[in-house]
Amino acid sequence: MSWWERAYLPEILRGLSITGGVFLTNMWHWMTFRKGALTTYYPEETRADYAAGNRGKHVLTQRPDGRPQCIACNMCATVCPAKVIEIEAAFDPDDPVHPKYPARFEIDYSRCIFCGLCVEACPEDAIRMVKEVPNLPTFDRQQLWLSLPELLNWNPQRDVAKPYPAKAGTENTAKAGTENTAKAGAENTAKGGADKTKGPA
Amino acid sequence: MMQDLVVYLVFIGYAVAVLLVFGTVLTWVERKQAAIMSDRIGANRAYVRIPFTQIKLVWLGLFHGLADGIKMMLKEDWRPDSYDRFAYALAPWVVFTPVLLVFAVIPFGGTLVPAKLLQSVPSVSAWFGDRTYPMQIARVDAGLLVVFAFGGLTIIGTMLAGWSSSNKFSLLGALRAGSQMISYELIMGLTVLGLILIYGSVDMNAIAQQQSGMLLGFLPAWGIFLQPFAAILFLTAAIAENKRIPFDLPEAESELIAGYYTEYSAMKMGLFMFAEFIEIAIIGALFTTLFLGGYNLPFMSDEGFVLPGNHVVPMGHAAIVLIQLAVFLGKVLLVSSFQILVRWTLPRFRWDQLLRFAWKFMFPLALANLTVTAVVVWALHA
Repeated sequence: MSWWERAYLPEILRGLSITGGVFLTNMWHWMTFRKGALTTYYPEETRADYAAGNRGKHVLTQRPDGRPQCIACNMCATVCPAKVIEIEAAFDPDDPVHPKYPARFEIDYSRCIFCGLCVEACPEDAIRMVKEVPNLPTFDRQQLWLSLPELLNWNPQRDVAKPYPAKAGTENTAKAGTENTAKAGAENTAKGGADKTKGPA
Repeated sequence: MMQDLVVYLVFIGYAVAVLLVFGTVLTWVERKQAAIMSDRIGANRAYVRIPFTQIKLVWLGLFHGLADGIKMMLKEDWRPDSYDRFAYALAPWVVFTPVLLVFAVIPFGGTLVPAKLLQSVPSVSAWFGDRTYPMQIARVDAGLLVVFAFGGLTIIGTMLAGWSSSNKFSLLGALRAGSQMISYELIMGLTVLGLILIYGSVDMNAIAQQQSGMLLGFLPAWGIFLQPFAAILFLTAAIAENKRIPFDLPEAESELIAGYYTEYSAMKMGLFMFAEFIEIAIIGALFTTLFLGGYNLPFMSDEGFVLPGNHVVPMGHAAIVLIQLAVFLGKVLLVSSFQILVRWTLPRFRWDQLLRFAWKFMFPLALANLTVTAVVVWALHA
């Protein structure tokens, strides 16, 4: 330390002027009705500038007819380090190409660590992560268990690169998909999840 | 006699209300100021809901202090198993009471003439007659000495707390508190001696009144201009006396958990915290009275404003009293805010640095300041 620094007072005054300056600048911002902080009123207010690669809430992609693209292979549930994904597979004899489908697909967000390994593991591009985390904070732990309709429909996404053959007996049109989505969405709202932010894409 | 009783009861009510409100509001100021200094928003969740409606009053998080208080009152009053019951229960009060008592000798306004103030009600006005009261709870000639006497009592409280808790951390904290507070109280006393030499009195009201004049025709005759060095030393020593960062070694949580009040819970612990926040206001009030001209604005006296060049602006008594009360509170809030700025800027000292700073740095400076002041005062009076 130099002699000047050893004299305490000048350096302390310099430090006080720096912190005091920050205080006055931010205070001036607040007093002129601008925001004087870098942080946000979470969860009422979320940042618009999430990084493009931010790992947020999961989306289960849909087939053209609105059913989940998931083939219930359980790879995401296996790789998940927090063990938050629960899948119950079921058999659909009407769909010979993909006879296995998830009857139940649930994610427990109270334990999810948003590592993105499920997205990496999925062979079908059936699970994705978007950058936003809408409406996840809640006062009730049970609300953090999100199930299939919610994950499928809160932000509907489709894999346009993979044309799926229509299931026997249904029409492979966008109209059918929209109907299905709307129906599932209505069910989910009735269950109490008020998480609908976007309509069908 | 009855008139005196009424007036002093009003004074006491005012003083207690001011101190308690300051103690609560300063917790909010501390939170918010720290947040704004570090680019954050700060506490803003506690609210009061108007009954039978969904209207929630947040008021910038002002109710967090209320939430703290309720939490402290409702918590379990846990006590350690082996301890000195009496001393343990007494200690928070020995810390808390003297802090309140110090305010008794601090003048928070000029001279009050109740008859003039209540002119509109002739019967009351006549009842008060021509009595005048300096706005101060106890007009003690030994004002400053009383401040130091009560200030010294808090050391006993902290030592009692540490000793009666049967805890090594508490005891270490108490020992640190004892040596630190005694060292810095000495420096506080030495810095104030210079002021006593200049003003020739230890009566706080006389000191405040002498600061309403002018220096060299343009500067207000505040203590901070007469004794700039002493002002800095006094404020530093006072912060050390209050055991706040950068001098918070007696309760250094990274080393001693919470120091001398480790074993205290619920409202007993709350009293320690509350005493600390009230002491911020008390230090603000002392600094205001000694160095910032007390309750007066620059160029202001009990009659009105006297601007440089002898322009006198007379004012009504009620306006003067209100301005003086408001100015005093404003100055106290400013000094308190500065203390909070210091607390959120500086890192903590090491223990050896703390004592070396007191005895090898501040003590000689205070002595030098006193010597120079004494010589100058002697030369001017001779």
